[in-house]
Amino acid sequence: MDVELRGITKRFGTVLANDNVNLMIRGGEVLGLLGENGAGKSTMMNILSGLYSPDAGEIVIDGKAVAFEGPGDGIAAGIGMVHQHFMLVPVFTVAENVVLGVEPTGALGHLDLKKARAEVEEINEKYGLHVPADALIEDLPVGIQQRVEILKVLFREADVLILDEPTAVLTPQEVEEFFGIVRSLKEAGKAIVFITHKLHEILAVSDRINVLRQGRITGEGDPKALSEADLAEMMVGRPVSFTVDKAVAQPGKPMLEMRNVVMLDDGDDLVLDHVSLTVRSGEVLGVAGVQGNGQTELVEAIAGLERTASGKIVFDGEDITHASVRERHRQGMAHIPEDRHRMGMIATFTIAENMVLNSYYDEEYTRGLSVDWGHVQETAAAFCVDFDVRTPSVFLPAGNLSGGNQQKMVVARELERQTKLVIASQPTRGLDVGSIEYIHKRLIQSRDEGDGVMIVSSELDEIMGLSDRIVVMFEGKIVAEFDNTAGSADRNAVGLAMAGASGETTSGAAA
Amino acid sequence: MTTSIGKRALDDAGRALLQRTARGRSEFEDLVVVPVFAVIVALILGALIMLATGVDLPTIGKSFVALAVGSVGSLNALSETLTASIPLVLAGLGLGLGFRAGLFNIGAEGQLLLGGTAAVVFSFTFPSLPFPLLMILSLIAGAAVGALYASIAGILKATTGAHEVISTIMLNLISYRLLEYLLRQPYIQKEGRSDPISKSVPDAGQLPRLLDWIDPNLRLHAGVFVMLLAVAFVWWLLFRSKIGFAFRASGANPDAARYAGMRSGLVIVAAMATAGALAGLAGAAQVQGVLGRASPGFSAGIGFDAIALALLGRSHPVGILLAGLLFGGLEAGGRQMQVDAGVSIDLIGIIQALIIVFIAAPLLVRAIFPWGFRKDAKGGKA
Repeated sequence: MDVELRGITKRFGTVLANDNVNLMIRGGEVLGLLGENGAGKSTMMNILSGLYSPDAGEIVIDGKAVAFEGPGDGIAAGIGMVHQHFMLVPVFTVAENVVLGVEPTGALGHLDLKKARAEVEEINEKYGLHVPADALIEDLPVGIQQRVEILKVLFREADVLILDEPTAVLTPQEVEEFFGIVRSLKEAGKAIVFITHKLHEILAVSDRINVLRQGRITGEGDPKALSEADLAEMMVGRPVSFTVDKAVAQPGKPMLEMRNVVMLDDGDDLVLDHVSLTVRSGEVLGVAGVQGNGQTELVEAIAGLERTASGKIVFDGEDITHASVRERHRQGMAHIPEDRHRMGMIATFTIAENMVLNSYYDEEYTRGLSVDWGHVQETAAAFCVDFDVRTPSVFLPAGNLSGGNQQKMVVARELERQTKLVIASQPTRGLDVGSIEYIHKRLIQSRDEGDGVMIVSSELDEIMGLSDRIVVMFEGKIVAEFDNTAGSADRNAVGLAMAGASGETTSGAAA
Repeated sequence: MTTSIGKRALDDAGRALLQRTARGRSEFEDLVVVPVFAVIVALILGALIMLATGVDLPTIGKSFVALAVGSVGSLNALSETLTASIPLVLAGLGLGLGFRAGLFNIGAEGQLLLGGTAAVVFSFTFPSLPFPLLMILSLIAGAAVGALYASIAGILKATTGAHEVISTIMLNLISYRLLEYLLRQPYIQKEGRSDPISKSVPDAGQLPRLLDWIDPNLRLHAGVFVMLLAVAFVWWLLFRSKIGFAFRASGANPDAARYAGMRSGLVIVAAMATAGALAGLAGAAQVQGVLGRASPGFSAGIGFDAIALALLGRSHPVGILLAGLLFGGLEAGGRQMQVDAGVSIDLIGIIQALIIVFIAAPLLVRAIFPWGFRKDAKGGKA
């Protein structure tokens, strides 16, 4: 099945999200779609799946123009979307999840799970998905859950699969397996639209690449003839540097020391298992690991957001094991949280308010019991200029900013003051290359000014590029440590440790 | 203009960011157009309900005229409207503040009852204190007891996670019986009465009437100044003070507030206490300005009407003031309507309820009045 977007234009208020976009999607081909946040990729895909209707232009399927009235029409026409955030019921089995909403029923209108199971197995077989049909979703690793999402779309007989940032949650090994699935879908004649920020992935798996910038297609090409640098330039509109320029670290005294820190979750399960680590002034410690192996809890323990059960945390020579979030912050700890929407900012508050979210009480910003908003606004304006937060005004709600600018706002707030330790958790998740480059530069700058910097990331590239030393977390434990002065750590070994293979038995199976 | 940030001067690029953006059209629609249309639809539906219950058209016309005359048609009407709005606005401010902090406080009724009773008891306990000292201290006593009573729900939530909706409803029920018990205590009960009714507020403890030099029947009292002061105070508290920033942050995004080092327990208890103080003040203003004593159920549902009012006013102090004046007007006008047209005052309750339904369902209002709204106002970001 071939799908063509012709002259699609979509406007939201004064914002032109898609500007006369033409796109060709062919069966048996993987189309890579690349673009910064806010470039209009999601709008385009939402138009393609029937969620939005375009202001101008048309969708042509196999030569016939179609009009979608709602989200149901897209899937009915054979266009299925696999979202970045899974929509699965954790306590249902794979088969139950797959048929949810289109359940096969028996003569009496009862649910025919046997039939459902058989159909799921059939698709499983056909595309080599290897998903256990009877397993509960909650028992499955993230990579398999993603295949369930793909199964769902295939079950609904989609011929065009839109995969929105599918690799964001996968380990390097899972990404390889995922590419295998994409290839087998392609061979079966499906059309794949692969949306991502990751340049090497789009080069690895696409047959054709389209680059979107500011609502327009700015580049089109053959992955064999393009380099990452070419793509990045098309995407951002200027040359981008990938390698973080940094001198060899000059580690000083320990800024942060954790000794045998243990944390339990609400169900008394061990989430941090006797974690010990040190971050020195003037160095970047990278914490690698697949999401959900205790990194979130590690950061919460350091920032003081969650209580630890035992162990000791020392910050610049002072025991902060029982100190409050605010005390730690005042002593010079900067914390860039992993989820800026949930924790790092308040979307409905203005940029100025967000800039003082954790320092509004400080003498600098107050007069008696009042906050000196005039001064806050001026400070926020200066921060925005310093950190290249692109906004027309500091009075706009932070939620109006693009993802990259939101994150730059958070980073500005955390770094624009006297800091000693910077904890950056997934600092560039979901950002475009331009913003990533900028934030990396700023983090290295903090290091060079003598801060201890800890970067937690599930992006192995980010860890490898920034860190002077790397520790790997797996199931709440630190399972391996690598020296990465001048990028000397073995990428494969780190990847294997992330998958749970311990240092001694590197031949162990990848999860 | 040289503005300095620490030691740096703000350059042109920075100054450009200090331009205020024009308020968005959708914000205007949300804050002004929806409430205005909601009131109009509610009045029209009110008329239809009268029609359905067998009221003839001329009577309906007469009742709306009476509603207008009784709320704003004369000095007496204006006085009644303002008098009725005082406790509504005070309690509504407390609820709005709670909403901003993410607390759905249903307990204004109980806080108001106990606060009002405390004001009465304080005033007759110290009858020798001069005016205005006794008046002011009695108001403070009312606010303090209201704050304490509301804090119970706040502390329960902060320490055990008990939901404030449940605990404040229960505290309301307790307050009704507690009030009846208190009103029968010899120290509080009026001498020579067997029914539960309190002694009276001494003259020095009363909020003086403002217009009795024109006509002794004009009931408007000095509580109107308390109300205006409270509006200004709550505005400052929410939008200018340090603790208010923590209230709003906790309400808008509790995780971000926790991340920022705001102490959620403290915010919950402080916000509940402030809301309770305002409800207690509403009760005190009512007994010291209008009723002169406490009796069972003297709150007359003000604490519940105030919930609706805070929603209508979008939890903004000025919005709550305007909504309070509207509800005060409906109440004063409703009494006139009953007298002139013989239409039950319950209709006013129905109209108030309809206003809230439409406020809560902006999409419904948009559907009824499509020409009042810009098209395609919703939709995601690119």
